[in-house]
Amino acid sequence: MNEEMISLRVKHAFAGFSLDVDLSLPGKGVTVLFGHSGSGKTTVLRCAAGLERAQQAHIALGDAVWQDTDKGIFVPTWQRSIGYVFQEASLFPHLNVRRNLAFGMKRTKAGGTLDDLFRVAEQLGISHLLDRAPDKLSGGERQRVAIARALLTRPRLLLMDEPLSALDMARKQEILPYLEQLHDRLEVPMLYVTHQIEEAAHLGDHLVLLDRGRVQASGPLAGVLARLDLPIARDQEGSVVIDATVEAHDTTWHLTHLRFPGGTIYVPQRDFAIGKSVRVRILARDVSIALSGDNPSSIQNRFACTVNDIAPADDAAQCLVGLQVGEVPLTARITHLSANQLGLAVGQRVWAQVKAVALLE
Amino acid sequence: MLPDSQDWSAVWLTLQLAATVTILLLCIGTPVAWWLARTRSRLRPVISALVAMPLVLPPTVLGFYLLLLMGPHGPVGYLTQHLGLGLLPFSFTGLVVGSTLYSMPFVVQPVQNAIEAIGNRSLEVAATLRASPWDTFWSVIVPLARPGMLTGAILGFSHTVGEFGVVLMIGGNIPNKTQLVSVQIFNHVEAMEYAQAHWLAGGMVVFAFLVLVILYTLNPQALRK
Repeated sequence: MNEEMISLRVKHAFAGFSLDVDLSLPGKGVTVLFGHSGSGKTTVLRCAAGLERAQQAHIALGDAVWQDTDKGIFVPTWQRSIGYVFQEASLFPHLNVRRNLAFGMKRTKAGGTLDDLFRVAEQLGISHLLDRAPDKLSGGERQRVAIARALLTRPRLLLMDEPLSALDMARKQEILPYLEQLHDRLEVPMLYVTHQIEEAAHLGDHLVLLDRGRVQASGPLAGVLARLDLPIARDQEGSVVIDATVEAHDTTWHLTHLRFPGGTIYVPQRDFAIGKSVRVRILARDVSIALSGDNPSSIQNRFACTVNDIAPADDAAQCLVGLQVGEVPLTARITHLSANQLGLAVGQRVWAQVKAVALLE
Repeated sequence: MLPDSQDWSAVWLTLQLAATVTILLLCIGTPVAWWLARTRSRLRPVISALVAMPLVLPPTVLGFYLLLLMGPHGPVGYLTQHLGLGLLPFSFTGLVVGSTLYSMPFVVQPVQNAIEAIGNRSLEVAATLRASPWDTFWSVIVPLARPGMLTGAILGFSHTVGEFGVVLMIGGNIPNKTQLVSVQIFNHVEAMEYAQAHWLAGGMVVFAFLVLVILYTLNPQALRK
């Protein structure tokens, strides 16, 4: 498909807050804009949509320039080929689900057809709700309708502003699989705003960290998460993600083998097809370090690796050890005492023992 | 004594006036309400105050100035004469103009409240779904503001039916032309024709009561939808 770059150069100041970002983002896959409240992530998204008119900006998707303050260009929201999903479900209360879905579709020249409507409704599991009024839907259902409605305009860019944050844990779990499917199937690029690192780890290909209106880091998700100099790595929840493929099922011990460029990860057996791509998340605090790989241990996931870097954590007792497993970076969070006793040094060959692996399908 | 043909003509004229004015009020009042609900302009309090003036002014004051404005030496009078429309006072058109101004707040305020209640989000959603502002007005604002518009229409209509001061000042009392029910009641009372006055006045009481019953029955339902 078209690999147009997304260019977001925005300077915007309002009451006690200034935003100054210059981002060039890949024109495919999911870019997660991650930050705490007040980091400006939603403002960036709203500027991309034209819902906010930035004071100084160059916003473009490939050859389509949506805002260029130097040239006096500002394309209003309704003329931009975007799909936007708001934080809270925002269905029109006077229209039923079907009419909500059709609202954008029939206003787009290249928009979907009735067949598309049924297909997208099917994919998002809302086919049985088409004749319902929005106030007769659960929060999760409403948000799925909102996502379907945005998709049916066949946008060139999908923008999602914390679409899961207004939902409880159960509802989130209900929607995440649909978003993952979208991620796998969708050809259009998506900008996804969240302050939940789990969501970012789940869905992101590219990660942008925002802090008080400035870009802290921007790059491929796995690489950014593995950078020890960033606050998200120093945090208790610091982690890395590894993309792997299902290699085999071990029916004797009920394990599934996941192959990644650096070794094999064993997880409790799951009903996955061989060759399926999966993503795992490994918290730094679940990784320990041993000097040799042959001492008996109950931990199965052990990888030979090289120490890349040692950096302080957010806790005076602990440090972060950046490891390289084959082509893949891994972070361990251990005590300074352990690091000292093991005599860890950059370049040293060690073994990483991984206690827990979270499977993000 | 039963109502005579002049009474019936006053009733008919009153209904015609109220219907015309209600339509005009919705056409003019809705954009004004939209502007007042959405603008950040510093003119907003000024326009709000102007629209609300008829609520606090004696109708005779409004009527008096309208008479001067629309009269042969007033600016509006010059304009209408220049355009070949003649003079507005003591004509049906003059009554329409006066009544529309006089009943404006009764339409603008409920519609404005309804539009404010819709909030920004629905409009932003419409824009992200490719609806132009004009399209959004018809496909989102109007349907969602419908209960407010209905309230405004009913209030505007009944208020026009009931007015007296403005009508007397700019419309006078010309049978079949500008003589409305409210004025005709006054005529009957002056002539000591209490029976005929009763027919019309009693009719007004029943009408007002029915309108309010309809309003209070319809509106909660319309709002719940």
